[in-house]
Amino acid sequence: MDFSFTEEQTLLRNTVQSFLQDKYDFDTRRKIAASADGWSKEIWGQFAELGLLAAPFSEEQGGLGGGPIETMILMEEFGRNLVIEPFMETVVICGGFLREAGTAAQQEAHVPGIIGGENVWAFGYAEPQGRYNLADLVTTAKADGDGYVINGYKAVVLGAPWADKLIISARTSGGQRDADGVSLFIVDKSAAGVSTRDYPTVDGRRASEITLENVKVGADAVIGEVGKALPLIEKVTDQAIAALSAEAAGGMKELNDATVEYCKTRKQFGVPIGKFQVLQHRMVDMFMAYEQSVSMTYMVTLKLGESEEERLKAASGAKVQIGKAGRFVGQQAVQLHGGMGMTDELNVGHYFKRLTMIDTQFGNVDHHLTRYSSAA
Amino acid sequence: MDMSFSSEDLAFRDEVRTFIEENYPRITNTRSRGDMSRDDMLAWHKILAKKGWVAPKWPEEHGGCGWTITQRYIWNEECARAETTPLLPFGLTMVAPVIYTYGNEEQKKRFLPGIYNGDDWWCQGYSEPGAGSDLASLKTKAVREGDHYIINGQKTWTTLAQFADWMFCLARTDPDAKMQESISFFLIDMKTPGIEVRPIITMDGAHEVNEVYLDNVKVPAENMIGEENKGWTYAKFLLGNERSGIAGVARSKKAIERLRNIAASELMDGEPLIKDGEFGRKIAEVEIDLSALEVTELRTLAAESKGQGPGPESSILKIKGTEIQQRITELALEAVGNYAFVYAPHGREEGDNAFTPGPEYSIGVAQNYQNMRKTSIYGGSNEIQHNIIAKMVLGL
Repeated sequence: MDFSFTEEQTLLRNTVQSFLQDKYDFDTRRKIAASADGWSKEIWGQFAELGLLAAPFSEEQGGLGGGPIETMILMEEFGRNLVIEPFMETVVICGGFLREAGTAAQQEAHVPGIIGGENVWAFGYAEPQGRYNLADLVTTAKADGDGYVINGYKAVVLGAPWADKLIISARTSGGQRDADGVSLFIVDKSAAGVSTRDYPTVDGRRASEITLENVKVGADAVIGEVGKALPLIEKVTDQAIAALSAEAAGGMKELNDATVEYCKTRKQFGVPIGKFQVLQHRMVDMFMAYEQSVSMTYMVTLKLGESEEERLKAASGAKVQIGKAGRFVGQQAVQLHGGMGMTDELNVGHYFKRLTMIDTQFGNVDHHLTRYSSAA
Repeated sequence: MDMSFSSEDLAFRDEVRTFIEENYPRITNTRSRGDMSRDDMLAWHKILAKKGWVAPKWPEEHGGCGWTITQRYIWNEECARAETTPLLPFGLTMVAPVIYTYGNEEQKKRFLPGIYNGDDWWCQGYSEPGAGSDLASLKTKAVREGDHYIINGQKTWTTLAQFADWMFCLARTDPDAKMQESISFFLIDMKTPGIEVRPIITMDGAHEVNEVYLDNVKVPAENMIGEENKGWTYAKFLLGNERSGIAGVARSKKAIERLRNIAASELMDGEPLIKDGEFGRKIAEVEIDLSALEVTELRTLAAESKGQGPGPESSILKIKGTEIQQRITELALEAVGNYAFVYAPHGREEGDNAFTPGPEYSIGVAQNYQNMRKTSIYGGSNEIQHNIIAKMVLGL
């Protein structure tokens, strides 16, 4: 039993921490979010130079040979700084599909572009009718000669405005919600028949609605086995949930620190408001919610490689914990900051908004309680 | 004990319902008050003023309707049912009762008609950067010079001050006296030189609140309400009124109806979300909370009609009312699923290509959730309301 980090892992944390301290303060982040593009290519390039985009890829693939713990470290620091850039979409999720199920040719073709920061990827899976059910797909891919023709619509594809490559889930056989018959395809965003409409999200990022109309892809665009991709999607989204948990824990840490500091300095009735017991206990509850979230983040991160049932329960359990804790910590941080917590000027509201949306991403508390209980 | 409506009450309900149907102006429904034009925000007010229904609770000599509490309750229900633009409270229900209760004849004549007719827009100069929950620690100073006061200081969280003609404002008139005994209540013309209004943008992107800077603002002495250094009494009277209006029961009923419609349209595994036992139970729970609050409010109103209150019990209405409002917005956010991510630009930000995908009912749901966090902070934070009940009701 050992929860300590290796020297290399500590070095990685220090690297990303000092980079973000220097280059990604809250004002910079605000400017990036408000810019026309909504993200910083320059920062992304520096992530590549620092090797962050290579962290979870194997050395044979040109990566640093890290794993879930390295991803956790990075995501926690990104969470603390509200990083907008699509590490999750490009490296964790789409990179995850390539790592888990990409052919040698696919890895060779696509991994260097991710590591080098040249390509940005997004994962189009959700559909308007499907809510959080990964198998509820109206989008279809029909065999056509050697390849496939994709038709359909993908909703709220996070990071897609910045992406040049997409991974799209589509139904190759079976009924609308069947577990069988789901496939994954690599699609160039510039391919004929792909149209996107972009918009800002409430947590300071960007997303697209994507229409696919007779989009032709070759057989080499398929990731994993045709018709059998659902377990792969579940596996990679569980990895994404682990990363998201780390991001949430990082955000909660910042909110708790800011709230305690504020309550020590804000005076009303002649004393710092942190002297009031009702607020002290509230902050203790916030602290405990954070600690429990860190624990669940460690657990899911360490269980990603276990049996499907173990992994699924760990991921859904962690998602429930960070969903509830993130909501409580976010709401109370705003409440304890009073009117200031409501403003756009202070960072508190921005953490609150991100934590709220983390609960929605990949299924909220209710969804994962159901998923957990049907696996238990 | 009887909770049902009499036949007179039912006739009254039909009358007001018909009036609303026939007279409510169809205004483009913008989500945030800061996005509406001044004229749009006042349109319904002016129609009601003409009808004589804009200030039911006022004394009849100043334009009140003399409605019973049941009639006022029915009126609020019907307005919420038709989703009319809520009337701005700053003039009608906040400063006007102070003026007709503590103001002199001259002040009543001068200010009440402008409030009634909707010609004057009022804002509230209470909170300051250092005086929030502890309002009595305010630092804005008013110094008497001849027949004027010179006022210096800063107010904050001033709702819709960007449109205001007048501000009611608390300022300290005796630097040596105890905090509560040195505050006076002023009515300030917002066109007076030395006043600057600066916007505060909230996290949902809305512009509803402002900072108001007062730099050597010269206010005629006749614009002070009541006696010098007695302003805290008037301020507390006003806050009591603010609390009783804050429960928002009728509006919350409508919001639950909208939530049900969202949950009936959203699908989960091919079935309407509302058929999911868990989500259905969550809606039921908040609806039951609201039923309890509705009767609690009716009990408070009944006591008020017998000349009691609004007492410290009205803090219950503020706490439970805002918790329910927040819970409904939280459930709406849950109900819309992935489309909660979409940011809906406010009026001042909208370009030609503002794109807000998803069903109509999902637009702005997340921002509404964010915005409603203010309700447990404003009007005396919910923590302060707990203190009031602990001290004034339980005697702790």
